[in-house]
Amino acid sequence: MKKKLKITIISGLLILTAWISYWFGFDKYYFDYLMIIAAVIAGYQVALNAYKTLKRKVLSIDALVTIAAIGALFIGEYWEAAAVTFLFTFGSYLEARTIGKTRNAVFELMEMAPNKASVRRDNKEVKLDADQVKVGETVIIRPGEKIPVDGKVIKGDSDVNQASITGESKPQKKSKDDEVFSGTINGKGYLEVKAKKVGHDTTFSKIIDLVEEAQEEKAPTEKMMEKFSKYYTPGIIVLSIAAYLITFDIRLALTLLVIGCPGALVISTPISIVSGIGNAAKNGVLIKGGKHLEKAGKTDVVVFDKTGTLTQGKPEVTDIKNYDISKDELIRLAVTAENNSEHHLAQAVLNLKNDIDSLKSPEYFESITGKGIKAKIDNEHILIGNKKLLNENNIKISDNILTDKFKFNNAGKTTIFVTKNNNVVGLLAISDPPREKAKGTVNRLKNRGIKTVMLTGDEEKIAKEIAQSLGIDEYKAGLLPEDKVNEIKKIQNQNNIVTMIGDGINDAPSLAVADIGIAMGAAGTDAAIETADIALMADNIEKVPYALGLSKSTSVNIKQNIIFAVLVVFTLLAGVLGRKVFLASGMMVHEVSVLLVTLNAMRLLGYDKKTFLGKLIKA
Amino acid sequence: MRKVKLYLEDLSCPDCAKKIEKILNKTEGVNKADVHFTTGKANVEYDPESINIEGLKDAVSTTGYQVIKVR
Repeated sequence: MKKKLKITIISGLLILTAWISYWFGFDKYYFDYLMIIAAVIAGYQVALNAYKTLKRKVLSIDALVTIAAIGALFIGEYWEAAAVTFLFTFGSYLEARTIGKTRNAVFELMEMAPNKASVRRDNKEVKLDADQVKVGETVIIRPGEKIPVDGKVIKGDSDVNQASITGESKPQKKSKDDEVFSGTINGKGYLEVKAKKVGHDTTFSKIIDLVEEAQEEKAPTEKMMEKFSKYYTPGIIVLSIAAYLITFDIRLALTLLVIGCPGALVISTPISIVSGIGNAAKNGVLIKGGKHLEKAGKTDVVVFDKTGTLTQGKPEVTDIKNYDISKDELIRLAVTAENNSEHHLAQAVLNLKNDIDSLKSPEYFESITGKGIKAKIDNEHILIGNKKLLNENNIKISDNILTDKFKFNNAGKTTIFVTKNNNVVGLLAISDPPREKAKGTVNRLKNRGIKTVMLTGDEEKIAKEIAQSLGIDEYKAGLLPEDKVNEIKKIQNQNNIVTMIGDGINDAPSLAVADIGIAMGAAGTDAAIETADIALMADNIEKVPYALGLSKSTSVNIKQNIIFAVLVVFTLLAGVLGRKVFLASGMMVHEVSVLLVTLNAMRLLGYDKKTFLGKLIKA
Repeated sequence: MRKVKLYLEDLSCPDCAKKIEKILNKTEGVNKADVHFTTGKANVEYDPESINIEGLKDAVSTTGYQVIKVR
């Protein structure tokens, strides 16, 4: 690289000196000799490369340029020879520099890979390479260190910066039983982690592999361009020979060789895709390939799953009504009875346990699917569940309690009854609040003209409340997973491109049937990363408009590049055949067009950033 | 057969990628190689009994480019 720059500078200076001597009216010999030296200096490496590859029977552009330059020297066009080799070397240098920037996004990610790990073996601490850690071993992570494995915290508390995976720089609290990821950075606490995945199996390593694969996967347009260029280059060589045989114009024949590689056209698509996917990866969004990028940009309808996607997926008890007994007593009964339950609503009740002192197990416990639970505590019969459970046990519900229940239901909350010895003693209203950023996300999508739909297995009233509070256009409640699939198909049949967002596990069938499936919170769940077309590493729903917007910008960018590159190819060809473009100017246009295409694609690296580049692309 | 990723120094034109790809595919012991201009990377499938990483690096260097990282 440095050598290329040196060569460019020296030959550039020689060319400049030659022109100065020409303007000052010095002897023409000085001009000619200086140009020849410049051409030899700039062309030596090119010719050497051409020779080396020719020896192995590979015809490269280097060879065409070398032939053109040597030919120009022979016919006495010294300036043209110098200009062609100089521009070719200088152009290569600039291209290498700029293309390096587009792949930096992934290189920067790779830099974050951990190298060393401290492991406890036979009660001694051993330091070793991160990929030498064995699954199940205890890894010691000190403040400020990089976490070397994927695993579960077994001791300690800390804040961990997970930007390398999720793109979010706000540190996350980690304590016992929390998951940590390789490549993330420990904050001020001390952690001991049990290794679950190491080396190439870690989420971090998977992300890098997938990003690279995605960047290298050839989009349909790219394949077409490559086919075109495969015939274009030999075609141009034949044309060059034919042109010479017909017109005996050697300058025309040589110029054709110079424009033999439609560089801008070949890179028009992949360069935009690499930039777009690179930007996404740095933001914790994994886009699995160019074709997904192109499709996601065309989204008409976004379908959300409710629980865990639009909502936090962590139900909590929001209201408590007690009848005849004290509130504390009610909570004690409810928490004790639910102590062994695995139902997700039970978790909400159990979260109330901080308010009571000691917890014991019920003497008897039975779970009644779809209805609730039965328990015996201190010889008293406790039922906790829905109205069906109470009806089944012939328990009467007084009107004032029913009024309370409807009030909660109308607010979109799930209500459960608590009874003691066949009398209702309490009501618990449980709700799963929407994510903080859900409303803003829906809004941003609607502002882009995208319709929003929510599909949920939950009951009508709860669905309605959430949909209304978030401003969702349409919702369907009480759906089984296969119903969701059918709903998506229905929307697709109305000629819409559908993007579905879910957790990637329970919603896997819907994600698969949608045109684009986005899995949220995918870090750590390989299945989600693998099934989704786009994976959001963290539970950050606000990345959905970003991902769709970036996709759209990338598609637009590709189109701009293709149109420009096609124009350049035909203008150049017309210019050369019409004898308006010669060696130097042909090479100039070629190099500049490749650079412009690259620079245009690079604007995508700044997408969604408050930088000059970012503003440019948003405009 | 073994697979390796060779990270190349920044390539300066799409044709260079094609050139390296052709050379690698003609190298003995290489089963399959694809080189990508935009990522500057060569994915090589090779037979470790007839060529090693150094041999692959040498093959690349005949094109005027160097391998900067192997993964």
